[in-house]
Amino acid sequence: MKHLILKKERFNQFISLLTRKHKVIAPVAKGHDNYAFQQVSSGEEIALKYIPTILPPKKYFMPQYETILEYDTMWGQNMKAVVEYEKMVLFGVHTCDLAGIQVLNIVFSERPKDFNYLARKNKIILIGLECNEYCDEYASCGLMNNTLPSGGFDLFFTDIEECFYVRVNTHEGDRIVEQINVFEEAVGRHYMKLRELRAKKREIFKNEVGIEYHQIPELFDKSVDSPVWEELGKRCLSCGNCTNVCPTCYCFNILDEINLDMKTGKRTRMWDSCQNESFALVAGGENFREERSQRQRHRYYRKFKYNVDRYARFFCTGCGRCSRTCMAGIDLKETLKQLVEENVAK
Amino acid sequence: MKKMELKDSHYTIKKGSILHARHLTDEEKIFEISLPGGGSLDHEPGQFVQVSLFGVGEAPISVCSSPTKRESFEICVRAVGKFTRALQKLEAGDEVGIRGPFGHGFPVTILEGNDILMVAGGLGIVPLRSLINYVIDNRRDFGRVEILLGCRTPSNMLFGEEVEYWQERIDVEFNCTVDSVGSELWRGNIGLITTLIPGVNLNPSRTFAVVVGPPVMYKFVISEMLKKQIPERQILVSLERHMKCGLGKCGHCQIGQYYCCKDGPVFRYDQIKNLKGAI
Repeated sequence: MKHLILKKERFNQFISLLTRKHKVIAPVAKGHDNYAFQQVSSGEEIALKYIPTILPPKKYFMPQYETILEYDTMWGQNMKAVVEYEKMVLFGVHTCDLAGIQVLNIVFSERPKDFNYLARKNKIILIGLECNEYCDEYASCGLMNNTLPSGGFDLFFTDIEECFYVRVNTHEGDRIVEQINVFEEAVGRHYMKLRELRAKKREIFKNEVGIEYHQIPELFDKSVDSPVWEELGKRCLSCGNCTNVCPTCYCFNILDEINLDMKTGKRTRMWDSCQNESFALVAGGENFREERSQRQRHRYYRKFKYNVDRYARFFCTGCGRCSRTCMAGIDLKETLKQLVEENVAK
Repeated sequence: MKKMELKDSHYTIKKGSILHARHLTDEEKIFEISLPGGGSLDHEPGQFVQVSLFGVGEAPISVCSSPTKRESFEICVRAVGKFTRALQKLEAGDEVGIRGPFGHGFPVTILEGNDILMVAGGLGIVPLRSLINYVIDNRRDFGRVEILLGCRTPSNMLFGEEVEYWQERIDVEFNCTVDSVGSELWRGNIGLITTLIPGVNLNPSRTFAVVVGPPVMYKFVISEMLKKQIPERQILVSLERHMKCGLGKCGHCQIGQYYCCKDGPVFRYDQIKNLKGAI
């Protein structure tokens, strides 16, 4: 493993040199404490201290809208499978969002593999950025064990005051630091600084909910008939914001689009939401999750139970986006706390 | 944004040619389809295919023919939505796109040597027909075979000629009931399908029961089967859900931790009995 440092006065130079060779995407301030991942051309544009962006970086791995097949009636009932992709460097990804990308990787590499996702994934270089402080009261990354880097990046940056500590994790990451000659070797003093920071973080990032990580699936085993779901159902507006902003929600719809020539067209897929009323509706008229309470419960169970059974991994990263964005004030941490309290009362 | 062709995409369709198409009733139409070069679909009874039409879309449709018939396969659709209405307009000589087969069908090798009770309500006969004809084509490999069929009225009954053939065979016990009779001549039972189950004469411990029907039917039929002492592990159901990809990804068909398209559509009752919203 290679450990380097980048002096802060050279950060802008690093980004400028990086943008000469690569399309660089990074968090940018959009006002009112909102941030978004978008293309940047200089270091000044980047928000190095930011709270989770409106949309997670999944939008680059699994675009909101993509073409999967193209057709031309000249070919009869035949279609050409295509993938749309772009090479890029994603800079400044927090540990919660790295965990989200790891979750998507698992889902789309499970057989039958999704080659559209996998083709795109390998074109993206990931540079992580450590959170030194808590973003806000909505996050539950402490509970979900996502406060420290645990893989899924090519390079990882930590601000240790005098400079950035840079961990080189892959060959691809190494090629970047080799090509852009602004880095220096890390020495013992830097490593001590990193250790101090991590020790301080352990004091700040506490379990937010009052249930242990490994007890969560058991809590959900007991909560199927909880009145909490009815209560959420009464408040939920079924807008689908929570699933759109979730770094691990990957449900999609597939629709055909005919071009104006009426001869050619494409089959597209786009983000869908289990919160939409028609999500589980079949042509015969039966709707398997007709009530908002059923759909909210489904969302929570996908994060904390179903997919844990299936993939041995929590599908909540603790980023807090769903709670931050909810117009009805449905708060994931509050829901978990209510379930815990109910369970204690039993 | 760059674009390249994907050679191994699971969304690629095969060209299916419609060999025959005919209406079974006013609402349902059956299509016999062959694949390029006469290749076999190589499905298991109970599996489904994604059928697609340019510009209209794609829908999961049960294969209703037995894999013992290899050179072509059949699908039977009722016109209920945009896609099935467009599909019903097609005739012999037209083309459709085919992906699949998908999902876990009926576990025919596990069923071998056992008594089989097959229960279909309404359109449930369509997917179940693939198993019924498979069992009949390999009749010697199974124990006693009993088929119970329920439909709304005699004129809704599908596969009439085949039903007569099943009735004629001395090695198949066949019973049928209708919810109500209109102006048709009908000498059979009238009433819900559940009324036929108490009369079934099978050894429960060596019986596999297979149930396919509308969502509302399962609870009542299964409760009758449990009364007959058929073990939960030996009750198989085929569930219908909204599906988009057929690959266990898009999320629409999820039932608890299962994806109906990939882990189903055929489930053992003991697998799903405690899952909210499964049955």
